[in-house]
Amino acid sequence: MDKQFYSDLYRTMYRIRTFEKKIEEFSMKGEIPGFVHLYIGEEAIATGVCANLTHKDYIQSTHRGHGHTIAKGARTDRMMAELFGKSTGYCKGKGGSMHIADFSVGMLGANGIVGGGYTLATGAALAEKIKKTDNVSVVFFGDGASNRGTFHEALNMASAWNLPVVFVCENNEWASTTPYETTTAIKDISVRAKGYDVPGVIVDGNNVLEVYEVAAQAIERARKGLGPSLLEMKTYRIKGHYVGDPEMYRTAQEVHKRFEASDPIKRYEAQVLEGRLLTRKEIDQIIQEVDEEIEAAVKFALESPFPDESALYEDLYVD
Amino acid sequence: MREITFSQATLEAMTEEMRRDDTIFVMGEDIARQGGIFGQFKGLPDEFGTDRIMDTPISETAIIGAAIGAALAGMRPVADMHFADFMGITMDEVFNQMAKIRYMFGGQTKIPMVIRAPDGLIRSGAAQHSQSIEAWFNNIPGIKVVAPSNPSDAKGLLKAAIRSDDPIIYFENKDLYRQSGPVSEEEELLVEIGKARVVKEGRDVTIVSYSVMMQSALEAAGILEGEGYSVEVIDLITLSPFDEKTVIESVKKTHRLLIAHEAVKKGGLGGEVAAVVAEEAIDYLDAPIIRVGAKFTPVPFSPTLEEAYRPKTQEIVDGIRGMFK
Repeated sequence: MDKQFYSDLYRTMYRIRTFEKKIEEFSMKGEIPGFVHLYIGEEAIATGVCANLTHKDYIQSTHRGHGHTIAKGARTDRMMAELFGKSTGYCKGKGGSMHIADFSVGMLGANGIVGGGYTLATGAALAEKIKKTDNVSVVFFGDGASNRGTFHEALNMASAWNLPVVFVCENNEWASTTPYETTTAIKDISVRAKGYDVPGVIVDGNNVLEVYEVAAQAIERARKGLGPSLLEMKTYRIKGHYVGDPEMYRTAQEVHKRFEASDPIKRYEAQVLEGRLLTRKEIDQIIQEVDEEIEAAVKFALESPFPDESALYEDLYVD
Repeated sequence: MREITFSQATLEAMTEEMRRDDTIFVMGEDIARQGGIFGQFKGLPDEFGTDRIMDTPISETAIIGAAIGAALAGMRPVADMHFADFMGITMDEVFNQMAKIRYMFGGQTKIPMVIRAPDGLIRSGAAQHSQSIEAWFNNIPGIKVVAPSNPSDAKGLLKAAIRSDDPIIYFENKDLYRQSGPVSEEEELLVEIGKARVVKEGRDVTIVSYSVMMQSALEAAGILEGEGYSVEVIDLITLSPFDEKTVIESVKKTHRLLIAHEAVKKGGLGGEVAAVVAEEAIDYLDAPIIRVGAKFTPVPFSPTLEEAYRPKTQEIVDGIRGMFK
């Protein structure tokens, strides 16, 4: 791997973190309307997985989808505008945080319905199989979403038909405000892979290089027509379920301890410095550039107009 | 003109469209090996192969979800629901995904897919295999709902639905499959979506109907014409969003309205048609609007009870006679 590879991983993770911090700030101030779910602490997963994809590949995302969208290559200014509900946003202000998409980079949409993405990703993979391309489709979902019936229907169909789709579980231990182990029959979501005769792999989801490598194998397998895989990324949700969540269900201490022990960006920084893959100066350069980019994105969003009321009926039907 | 069955008409529509456009494929339960439970897919795998005519697992949610996903990736899927009643299983995919994706993503994409949903009463199919559920979708912006009433429209409407870039639910009444009627052999037989058709012109009363109930509407019109009433009959064809203009214009002319459908009357599409007419043309009405539909019960099994549940021609005739008393 060349320097560019390592610096891209850092840039993407840091871009997600910085974007999310800004979103949190403006959401707390009430300037970003609607429900917002942050990806802080889980950046390594979207980053490591999407580093294996091109814009011809697809992803299906979740309500916690800003990280996936950024990692797939979407522009942060148009994302920021969308979250502010502005007409310059990706969805012209009709989607917001939970319904953001950028079809030009193969990001087929966040989804406000937990577990709503599996079957759509499976269908996109089916389309590519019918078209005889080697493009793949990736669906991100949480530990909570793995208890939806759609998980079963999609994994069975994808495996029965050998479809090029990779199921990426982000096990952040929290299903909204409920600890997943209190509502889930098994400890490791990946063991469910056996029921569909597909590979099931447990991954340290806060180690971006490990995520990248395991995802590379699963994606390569899908590209070769060998069918789906189920990857379980072990991580931890650092922020509340949504911005403003009082988090009565856990202590700040517990969260702090987990973040200190396994902040994916800090861990990666240590890895690249120790391995002499990037220099401190190079990292600082990335930080400065991304900080400027996100500031510019905020400015773009704030200066953009809200959609005109006349847009209400636009884009409802094609014909 | 030659006569073919309703089922054959849908099969011709599929064949012609699949020859024309190789992004069209079909997914459903028992459609490839078996040819569909009503024979409506018979022979398609021989010409198009099982890559394009696919037997699915019994996973209605995944069928609809995968059709949506394939549409997002540039295909034009047709998803067969086996029985319309099974759509309950797929409702999140239908109303939160299929109906919303284009709008909530600001028009970045389109969902050119068709859900084929065989509906209606069929010889004691009973509570879970006989329903007409079109009214559920009337309240959901972002999808279109259509229902042909005869073989010619079955073909033209299915072809138009497949060519449409919007997601369409195509309700095909199970009792109509075996019925025959004239169907043009012209390849470009297309029925315009969004437009109702005045099937019979009249001056004294308007009957609005669709799907299998059109036969009762026309039968009732025949009886009433014999008694000296001039009856206008409108086939809605597109049920949502329905052609308000054609209905309102007709009522402004006839001053009386009866709506008839096989679905349960309460909460049915008839209520929406009546409400639109009440809002737009109440001053033109010379009699209260009457709705004819099924009783407010699940569809019962026993033939005598099923018959008691079913809305009948006589109710249309009696309703209209009552308007002139």
